[in-house]
Amino acid sequence: MTAATLFALTVVIVGTGALVSWCRRHRWGDAGRRFFRHPSAIWGLVVLVFLATVALCAPLLTPYPPYEQILALQDHPPTWLHPLGTDFFGRDVWSRLAYGARVSLGVGTLGMLVAVTLGGLVGAAAGYFRGWTDAVLMRCVDVGLSIPRIFLVLGAIALWGKLGVGALILLLGLTGWFATSRIVRSDVMSVRERPYTDAVRALGARPWWIIVRHVLPNSAAALIVSAALGIGNMMLLEAGLSFLGAGIQPPNPSWGNMIADGRDQLGTAPWATLFPGLAIAFAVMALNATGDALRDALDPKTRER
Amino acid sequence: MRAWLLRRVAAGIAIVFAAVSLTFVAIHLAPGQPFLPPDERPMAPEVVARLRRNYGLDRPLPEQYLRYFVQLARGELGESFSQRRPVAQAIADAVPNTLLLTTTALAIDFTLGILIGLFQAARARRRSDVALANVTLFFYSLPTFWLALVLQLVFALWLGWFPTGGVTESALYGSLPLLGRLADRLRHLVLPALTLGLVGAGGTARFQRAALLEALGHEYVRTARAKGLAERAVLVRHAWRDALLPVISLAGVALPFLLTGAVLIETVFSWPGLGKLAADAISARDYPLVLATTLLATCAVVAGSFIADVLTAVADPRVRLTA
Repeated sequence: MTAATLFALTVVIVGTGALVSWCRRHRWGDAGRRFFRHPSAIWGLVVLVFLATVALCAPLLTPYPPYEQILALQDHPPTWLHPLGTDFFGRDVWSRLAYGARVSLGVGTLGMLVAVTLGGLVGAAAGYFRGWTDAVLMRCVDVGLSIPRIFLVLGAIALWGKLGVGALILLLGLTGWFATSRIVRSDVMSVRERPYTDAVRALGARPWWIIVRHVLPNSAAALIVSAALGIGNMMLLEAGLSFLGAGIQPPNPSWGNMIADGRDQLGTAPWATLFPGLAIAFAVMALNATGDALRDALDPKTRER
Repeated sequence: MRAWLLRRVAAGIAIVFAAVSLTFVAIHLAPGQPFLPPDERPMAPEVVARLRRNYGLDRPLPEQYLRYFVQLARGELGESFSQRRPVAQAIADAVPNTLLLTTTALAIDFTLGILIGLFQAARARRRSDVALANVTLFFYSLPTFWLALVLQLVFALWLGWFPTGGVTESALYGSLPLLGRLADRLRHLVLPALTLGLVGAGGTARFQRAALLEALGHEYVRTARAKGLAERAVLVRHAWRDALLPVISLAGVALPFLLTGAVLIETVFSWPGLGKLAADAISARDYPLVLATTLLATCAVVAGSFIADVLTAVADPRVRLTA
């Protein structure tokens, strides 16, 4: 549990580092200035950094362990000792919220990482090799896109039993790459016709080397943006699954199953339901705001006038 | 045009076929089987064996697969394991409920979304635009089931204006006069439809605003302004016509979304529609019902993108439907 979440946060940090270094190499100044001039960028980043800090430092910031039941304080409204109240089992809502941030953010980020990697590779292969590779891969994408995703995921979970965190991440990633691969494919198709790709090919480079080293970096903007906007969707899906009892299993706190836990006491203890929902809403809102700003900064074509 | 139509229909059938085949293989490969309810007392093995034989589950998988598609070609969806009645009946009961919910939600979604987007684009970058942009982003980012719970809390539990769930007040409904029945249905419809509609409207408004701002950057807008047209006419009659096209294609994508987004909402409001039916069928391992709902959902996706393409071609004279 802790190892997985620590790994998740490392990935977040490494990802941010990779993004920054990529921006440095490729017109960082210009894109960076555009990014920070965007009205929602700062706001979104501040919320994200705050949430990541809460997730990282959860043990330091929470007065109670997330599983501790204070039986005298069931469904207690917010007080100074319990700033967000307690839930039906007498657990501190704030502590659970902080630990739940690890799960919700981690699952969203890692799931998106799987999806973007897969989508990038499939899209690149289809766009670069064309021919039957393209036809087969894109027909698979067509089918994948036309089965509603929640059916896919719910079906997989119901049929293969309750999943651990790792399997859930894989499942979310494996069902989330279809749209990304289409974007990358159309990008790659235009790049492979450029003279410099011909030049590298003439030098005798292998196809996959060309794809990874010369073609995919051109789609980096599209990949980054679809990742930033996709994490929010992943988090919403995870929350929905956990709400249905199919995602993160209790007593592990996730924002989605906290809402499910609080649901039966909605009338008497609304705080147990309201705060996790607000946490999801603000996290996804911050991700979308940052994603919007990234898109406008990295992709001048779609920039608003 | 005819070639395009034929190609699209063929591609659509191929996609539906592939999706149903994939589901067929997946559910049969998965561990667990029907007639073994996990929570209840298990049935006697002989009974399970007889049931399996009756439904043809003891045959080899390729044979079952062939039989299923032969049966499907005759227009039969089979017998539901868990409901002990034809699948077609179970679906026929659920479809009107889902359609009522999703069409109302779509109407709220697009009316509200387009109007807000139009309003925002008209005063882009002013304070009201920025404020509305934050509001729409908030709704767009909400978990639908949470908004459903909040609306339930405020309007059903605290204010008591609307019921917490269901399609009708089951105890009273039979004895109500016609108008009363209508009012009762409406009262039950308000909260779930509003939940789906509001979250959708957040996305639609963002989309409409961006499309309008892009349209306003075109040359013909400058020409229209130079002609001395009123700003309202430029915005509504010139730019909006252009900016409506992406929204139309969004509507095609929204059709299946409303069907699947409804899984959670239907659960929260105990609304007996397709989403709830599918979720229940999956957990009961009701093979024919799972396959039938997948079939229906995939058809909705294919039909949605088809309708979007046709509507775009109707609305935009520059688009020609060619193969």
